[in-house]
Amino acid sequence: MTPANNKQTCVIIGASHAGINCAFSLRKDGWEGNIILYDGDPEFPYHRPPLSKAYLTSEPHTPQSLLFPKENYIDDDITLKLGHRVNAIDRKEQNITLEDGTTQAYDKLVIATGARPFIPPIQGIETAKNCFAMRTALDAVNIREAFNQTAKKRVVVIGGGYIGLETAASLKKLGAQVTVIERENRVLARVTTPEMSAFFTELHQKNGVHILTSKTVITVENKGDYNVVTCDDNTTLEADIIVVGVGIIVNTELALEAGLTIKNGIQVDASMKTNDPNIYAIGDCSFHYNPHYKTNVRLESVQNAVDQAKTAAQAICGDASIIYDSIPWFWSDQFDIKLQMVGLSTGYTDMVIRKEASENSFSVWYFKDLTLLAVDAVNFAKAYILGTRFIKSGQILDKTKIEDASTPFKPNNFLKNEN
Amino acid sequence: MKKITFITSDNQSIVTEANSGNIMELAVKNKVKGIDGDCGGVCSCATCHVHVEPSFWNAIGAPDELENDMLEFDDHVSEFSRLSCQLQVSEVPDGLVLKVAK
Repeated sequence: MTPANNKQTCVIIGASHAGINCAFSLRKDGWEGNIILYDGDPEFPYHRPPLSKAYLTSEPHTPQSLLFPKENYIDDDITLKLGHRVNAIDRKEQNITLEDGTTQAYDKLVIATGARPFIPPIQGIETAKNCFAMRTALDAVNIREAFNQTAKKRVVVIGGGYIGLETAASLKKLGAQVTVIERENRVLARVTTPEMSAFFTELHQKNGVHILTSKTVITVENKGDYNVVTCDDNTTLEADIIVVGVGIIVNTELALEAGLTIKNGIQVDASMKTNDPNIYAIGDCSFHYNPHYKTNVRLESVQNAVDQAKTAAQAICGDASIIYDSIPWFWSDQFDIKLQMVGLSTGYTDMVIRKEASENSFSVWYFKDLTLLAVDAVNFAKAYILGTRFIKSGQILDKTKIEDASTPFKPNNFLKNEN
Repeated sequence: MKKITFITSDNQSIVTEANSGNIMELAVKNKVKGIDGDCGGVCSCATCHVHVEPSFWNAIGAPDELENDMLEFDDHVSEFSRLSCQLQVSEVPDGLVLKVAK
């Protein structure tokens, strides 16, 4: 770090996993100038994954799990401007404008604006009783409060993705009567394979969650204390609480208006830099190249947010050689199931399922011809860890041995013989 | 107040004090290099791997099944490996020494 950098300012828009980790990484990597973060969310920066999982089922007034303790922001001289929305980026003047009209100059700008829930244009949804998304701490608090206040605790979850299913599982655990309505013909249709969808459908049904597929909600009618939810096939359900989890809208508006290149997210290079050399984009909002899979992707995950934050920080601190090359990973907790996923299964040609002796413990291995692309591990972390190692090493595996549960689960047992 | 010492992979010794919480959070708070805790402490990411100083192993004890599964095929696993998010300050001995795994 050159002394000239002492007076530089790095502004970060978005104070969640990506933005906050970028701020602390900048300090660790030697950034001596100002670091100022802005976020419309007034809550002190917190872990998002627990919101739909442990937080929902925790005791009332449990505090949010903080990304970093408050003292660390003081120690590292990181300025948080929470509850402050950014309205515009002026690349020529190198400043941002807040919603109250004030401006803040930057030398380097990091866009970590993430995404917001998509609320489908369902007739009556805007006036529905106790209708929430599940993205922010406030959403989780609101859902919990509504749950405690309603007598019948009938919940309709619109959308059978991870957020919808996790929320359904948590509310079911609390004693709700839960129905999930999915538009596609299976849950998790956009994010995983038919086999995994079938497993999670059965898991929820066994636990008493009603799963309705191939149905689209067309109207929601507020009846005062509850709602009537009507689907396109005339199915009607009464709901005291509605949770909407049908997907997200990427927050690219600021970047778009500033003239940055937008594809399926904000286009960045290997160091998370946009087409403006002083502006970086990280986390859910970045459209980036994954060298391992040789493809451009946009990912919604903690891993992606944290790793891209570290990459951008190093690049901003002057490491010109840094390349983002993480293997994506992800997890989901529903009922007594821990799902851990590594890699990207897109484009797989065949799949091997290995079932362990203990119930509900298995792994799905996705291959493109001989190459292992991804592993989904259900209550079997060993497969997740070993899958990660094999994906990185590119070793050729013996699919029949993986499939055969009598083959002891040891790395060398799965390698294809060289000769 | 318990004293817990972290030794990083470049041999830096960081002495910390705490009453509650888990050891991963304590390490993050004290900026211990090599402890990230990306998943927030739910035993999902293995970015908080430590080696317990052998003399404390009996007091700490072996990991449960999930944690053990996370560790078994880690490149840097040892017989004293634990994931620090699964260790509660209230349950570990005072003076504990932990080496951060590579």
